Amino acid sequence: MLNLIQHIQEFKLLKISAMKKRITLFVFALLVGLSTVTQAQMAVQADTLYTMEGDKIVNGIVLITNDKIEAVGSASEIDIPSDYETHQASVVTPGLVDAHSVVGLAGINNRDDDQNQLETSDPIQPELRAIDAYNAREQLVKFVLDKGVTTTHTGHGPGALASGQTMIAKTPYNTVEDALVDSATTVAFTLGSTVGRNFESPGTSAKGISMLRQKFIDAQEYLEKRQADDPEKRPAKDLKMEALADVLSGELTALITAQRSNDIMSALRLQEEFGFDMILDGAAEAYLLIDEIKKAGVPVIIHPTMVRTYGDTQNASFTTAGKLAEAGIPFAFQSGFESYVPKTRIILYEAAIATGYGLNREKALHALTKAPAEILGISNRVGSLAEGKDADLVLFDGDPLEYTTHISSVIVDGKVVKEKK
Amino acid sequence: MKRIIRLSLLLIFFLPIITVAQQSKVFTGAKIIPISGEPIDNGVLVTKGDKIVAVGSEGEVDVPSNAREFDVSGKVIMPGLVDSHSHIGDGDGGDRSSALHPDARIIDSIDPHSETFKKALAGGVTTVNVMPGSGHLMSGQTAYLKLRNADKIEEMLFVDDPGNEISGGLKMANGTNSIGNPPFPGTRAKSAAMVRELFIKAQDYKEKVEEADGDPEEMPKRDIGMDALVEVLNGERIVHFHTHRHYDILTAIRLAEEFNFRLVLHHVSEAWKVADEIAKADVLSSIIVLDAPGGKPEASEIKYENGAVLEEAGATVGYHTDASITDTRLFLRSGAFGVRAGMSREAALKALTIENAKMMDLQDQVGTLEAGKDADFVVLSGDPLSVYTKVEQTWVEGIKRFDYSNPRDRKYSTGGYDVFRGSAQNHHHGDK
Repeated sequence: MLNLIQHIQEFKLLKISAMKKRITLFVFALLVGLSTVTQAQMAVQADTLYTMEGDKIVNGIVLITNDKIEAVGSASEIDIPSDYETHQASVVTPGLVDAHSVVGLAGINNRDDDQNQLETSDPIQPELRAIDAYNAREQLVKFVLDKGVTTTHTGHGPGALASGQTMIAKTPYNTVEDALVDSATTVAFTLGSTVGRNFESPGTSAKGISMLRQKFIDAQEYLEKRQADDPEKRPAKDLKMEALADVLSGELTALITAQRSNDIMSALRLQEEFGFDMILDGAAEAYLLIDEIKKAGVPVIIHPTMVRTYGDTQNASFTTAGKLAEAGIPFAFQSGFESYVPKTRIILYEAAIATGYGLNREKALHALTKAPAEILGISNRVGSLAEGKDADLVLFDGDPLEYTTHISSVIVDGKVVKEKK
Repeated sequence: MKRIIRLSLLLIFFLPIITVAQQSKVFTGAKIIPISGEPIDNGVLVTKGDKIVAVGSEGEVDVPSNAREFDVSGKVIMPGLVDSHSHIGDGDGGDRSSALHPDARIIDSIDPHSETFKKALAGGVTTVNVMPGSGHLMSGQTAYLKLRNADKIEEMLFVDDPGNEISGGLKMANGTNSIGNPPFPGTRAKSAAMVRELFIKAQDYKEKVEEADGDPEEMPKRDIGMDALVEVLNGERIVHFHTHRHYDILTAIRLAEEFNFRLVLHHVSEAWKVADEIAKADVLSSIIVLDAPGGKPEASEIKYENGAVLEEAGATVGYHTDASITDTRLFLRSGAFGVRAGMSREAALKALTIENAKMMDLQDQVGTLEAGKDADFVVLSGDPLSVYTKVEQTWVEGIKRFDYSNPRDRKYSTGGYDVFRGSAQNHHHGDK
């Protein structure tokens, strides 16, 4: 083993010395010639450019400097400087933002040792942090990147009343620290029959809601004490209470997975009682409650269009995303949680099926990019193409939603991370 | 006189039914993809009763003067889809008492009224191989079904007398799904050994039956499991073999060569590693498209390219839904994903139709649009491999079984409240 490490180190040294020579030459050339060029600069030209900041642009250009977008516009407005590395594609969109996933926690092999999305020792564990479990190198993280997902909102899965926290990561990086966009985004709650299968108690929906209400009431008291002026009166630090108090104070959002119409109503009732910021997740029967959801003003992270129609999602419909769009309810697509095969879904494919069933194409692309960025509070960085935003782009050789279209390239933070073989 | 009245009343009562059933129909204006030949741009399809009478270009086909005309201008017509591996119908197979159940017939458990059949029709599926699960080395006898309107399973089969005629294949599996605690095998080698032992027993049984030459005194004690295996040994019953890993695929082929049974490989997730071996063994592959790999270690190396690689190797390849693993309403999508990963369009469309028919010995009856074959076809709103295309109508033996324009049928395409009753559980990990 030691031998091997030595070999690797020697090899590295050789490479480094060769590289050093090349770098020296390169720096010399730079000094002689283009003394101002010190930045990575790139241009992307698209026959059709979806910026998500207004109408699509025919023959559009995106200029990138380092990891940020420098300019966006049509070819008539923007000239590509001759020293920019240029990429071309039929269609270009912002990097896709998976609104809710478990990649990095629920591993590809589906064995006990790679499943970290659900802890079953207690049905309410909002203190569990996603960053302590995220495997940035997990194969499925790289697989969804290959399918255009540059940012993923991932973490603890459905199945417990409160299963833990979620986080937001960029998919190409190999450590959680490098990947992080947001280390704690939501606490994931689940209502419905799946909880009863994982825990002795709650065994019923009514009991589940009562357990959650009691904990939130405890957290209200905790929060009040936490805000006390006199440090003596502040409570001893309790991680569970900290997380719920953060939900109550608006530090964290409540991501409530509820599929059946009665469970959706329970979620809205909780939100009304405790006044927290909420995202409705799953919502298989949302089409029965369009008015109520709209009135509550909560955004929806809709279940994967192709979710299997049994259990709590038995009444799912291919047309729900279209109906949410029609009603003007903000919504985004998710890859969700799969207990078996396939181990993750692909948001691009889920949006495509919804588009085949009544959702218009631009709204579908919106629900893959800008809408999830807004719902998750990261639209200042990702989800659309505009000056100053992260240079995350997906390049397609045709209609992004069509079955036979290929992703030819993915760019994240100004670097090409996937190129078609 | 009374008899004549009674007879004519009978005639009046039955005549319309007979005429409707035997009526000629002509479908005009569509692009027809017959699979057996090049697409026909302005095609004409003529059916009479449950059969296809003619397929061709406008003007080249004789249309009976009394034929009822269906103008399907701008649409696309292709054969009803054939799914070589599905778990619709809420059926089951062997139980936990043994790893080997050649005796168990799925026809004894299927619910002909299951809404899973309506869901499959909404996806354009007309013929299906319904199988018990993969949690056994042999989970039982499969059923080849036509998605006719039926109250009893007999009305869906391709044979009249399922007690005496072969109406399906035999489901086998290797790899991890069929491994477990006793009486299940604990390892791969033990799995193969248990199968070999049973086949050797069946060879012996077969020999005794042949030696008896019809003499009831000499016949071995009847064993219905052995009867099914004799059909397998005689090449009359095809083995449908669930297998993922490259070495498990080769084990399935090794067993088929030892006992000379007809083999269709199913799932074949690592086909891309052994495509040449599969082609050389001349066995058929019924493959699946998964949106992402994994869900179990055996499926972690599946590739979209399997169809293209098998095509390139010269092997026969079909797609299956493995419903409810993939959704029967979106079966066409599997072919489209094959094309995206490098398969030819022709091979992808065959892989949804005729190649699957071959896996059930039904290639002379279904899978292409040709005179004399069953009038099973779908009317599509556009290209079969586009996400924007809808299955608008599904016809089974000259009868329209699904019509998207009718809300009562459309709900099986879209889903919605109380449409599916939640029977579509995974057979794969739930049946052990």
